[in-house]
Amino acid sequence: MNKKKKTQRIKILTIVLLTGGSLWPAFPVFWMVLNSFKPNNEIFAWPPIWISENFSLESYFSIFTSPEKLRYFLNSYFICGVVVLLTLFISILASYAFSRFDFPGKKIINVMIISMQAIPPITLLIPYLSLIVTLRLYNTYGALILTYLLFTLPYAILIMTGYMNTLPKELDEAVRIDGGTRLNALWKVLVPSAVPGLISVGMYTFLRAWNEYLFALTLTKTREMRTVPVGISLLMGQHAYNWSEMLAMSVLGSLPVVILFLIFQKYFISGMTAGAVKS
Amino acid sequence: MKLPLNLKKKMEPFFYLSPALIVMIILIAVPITMVILFSFFDNVIINKNPTFVGLANYYDVLTDPIFFTALKNTTFFVGISVLAHLILGIMFALLLNSKYIGKKTKALFRIIFILPWLFTEAIIAILWRLLLNPNGIVNYLLQIFNFLGTSIDWLGSIDLALVSVTIINIWSGYPFYMISLLAGLQGIPQELYEASSIDGANAMNQFFYITIPQLKPILLSLITLDLVWTIQQFTLIWMTTGGGPLHASETLSTYIYKQAFSSFQYSKAATTSVIVLLICIVLAIFYAKQQKGEGLK
Repeated sequence: MNKKKKTQRIKILTIVLLTGGSLWPAFPVFWMVLNSFKPNNEIFAWPPIWISENFSLESYFSIFTSPEKLRYFLNSYFICGVVVLLTLFISILASYAFSRFDFPGKKIINVMIISMQAIPPITLLIPYLSLIVTLRLYNTYGALILTYLLFTLPYAILIMTGYMNTLPKELDEAVRIDGGTRLNALWKVLVPSAVPGLISVGMYTFLRAWNEYLFALTLTKTREMRTVPVGISLLMGQHAYNWSEMLAMSVLGSLPVVILFLIFQKYFISGMTAGAVKS
Repeated sequence: MKLPLNLKKKMEPFFYLSPALIVMIILIAVPITMVILFSFFDNVIINKNPTFVGLANYYDVLTDPIFFTALKNTTFFVGISVLAHLILGIMFALLLNSKYIGKKTKALFRIIFILPWLFTEAIIAILWRLLLNPNGIVNYLLQIFNFLGTSIDWLGSIDLALVSVTIINIWSGYPFYMISLLAGLQGIPQELYEASSIDGANAMNQFFYITIPQLKPILLSLITLDLVWTIQQFTLIWMTTGGGPLHASETLSTYIYKQAFSSFQYSKAATTSVIVLLICIVLAIFYAKQQKGEGLK
């Protein structure tokens, strides 16, 4: 067999394997989206209805016209937005300390921050609940914002420090030689140069906060404070499962993340891999 | 008050670190201390003046057969998930790294393969309840291809609930390995493969003698992180089986949650939390060793 033929065969085999393999991640998603347009009574029809004659956007409309469900989305957007901003701010400062200073305890603090990623949030749920109650934050945005900072900061600091380390010291030193302060150098020079790193951290933070369910369920009580994941689970408990609405809400709840990912995937993937694994 | 210049200079890095340290100390150190204390007292939170009971809570938890069911299920769930994540992650990463396909095709497939990772656990739970419903598409497909005679209630069966939630978790978790390994693969010097080809190594040899050893540090980090993440998986299980039926898919996290919020046994929940925490600390030490120096120069 000549080489060209062999290459051709490997190429075909690769494409076949990729296409076959992609059914595993793609089919469930395809099925979810498809069913979100079907009326409830067709969702579990046997045999399944692939192309429904009653395709409708009704379940989507019912979400957009329900103040309660819109509130879940607003809550999620607000909480995620604040968490992203705070995480970026705190991690910029911390990563500057790690990247530009030598100080006693640096190594220990760094290892502690890394290890925090390994603390399972569920193990802190009970004391955390009483702490939040004591701080009078139960059933407030503050409770969730603080909690999510805890989940996002270790990773954010780690990534930002790695990123700051790649920026040459001369960059900020130049500002200081011209008489600028350290803070000046940080905000005017380093932060603008670190935008790709910031995007990556911001995306990760948004994803983490957008997805969180356990603490959102436990630390809030009233419907006005619920977030999208909890809102979806509440739909599940309601009147004999309105599947079509649950699926529409799931599609709407996934859309922001998918869109963000498509826009920023380049930064996101490189940043994420840099943080999770030392290469 | 004016600080001496020397001291001021020494304190400067802590000025930048302080917001992070304050948040982390209040929100991590305090709860960890509290949960450990809770585990030595009798019914905390409900009881206004809890009394010190020593190891009694540990005795209670460790003699609870449901705790052992949960421990056994967690071991199965974690073991199979991590193994499957690893295999799928490597397989898909190798396929996506193939030099025989074009850039655009690669980009398209990469997005498709990453999909599960972009979905919230709560949504993944609903999605799989749709698929695994007795009248759902999975049962239908298995029947028309003759793998199955009658429909199965995957999530409602004592024999299959744990397997089902494990499959769901496998679906949701492999992309993280895949992306990380894809980056790792691109970091392997091409010369290694070229040199070994000249020496007559085939693809199999190259995989086991070059690819795997080169990826080893990444693989170890990924496995440790995944172990910790999978041990604490709650949402997927809670929203699909709730740990049931009859504790068939009970794991340590659903056990902790039920102890606290269904039985109001906060001390028992805290004690189980400490046990899980201990398991994860061992893993964390291992992970920190892997990562040592990351972010520091």
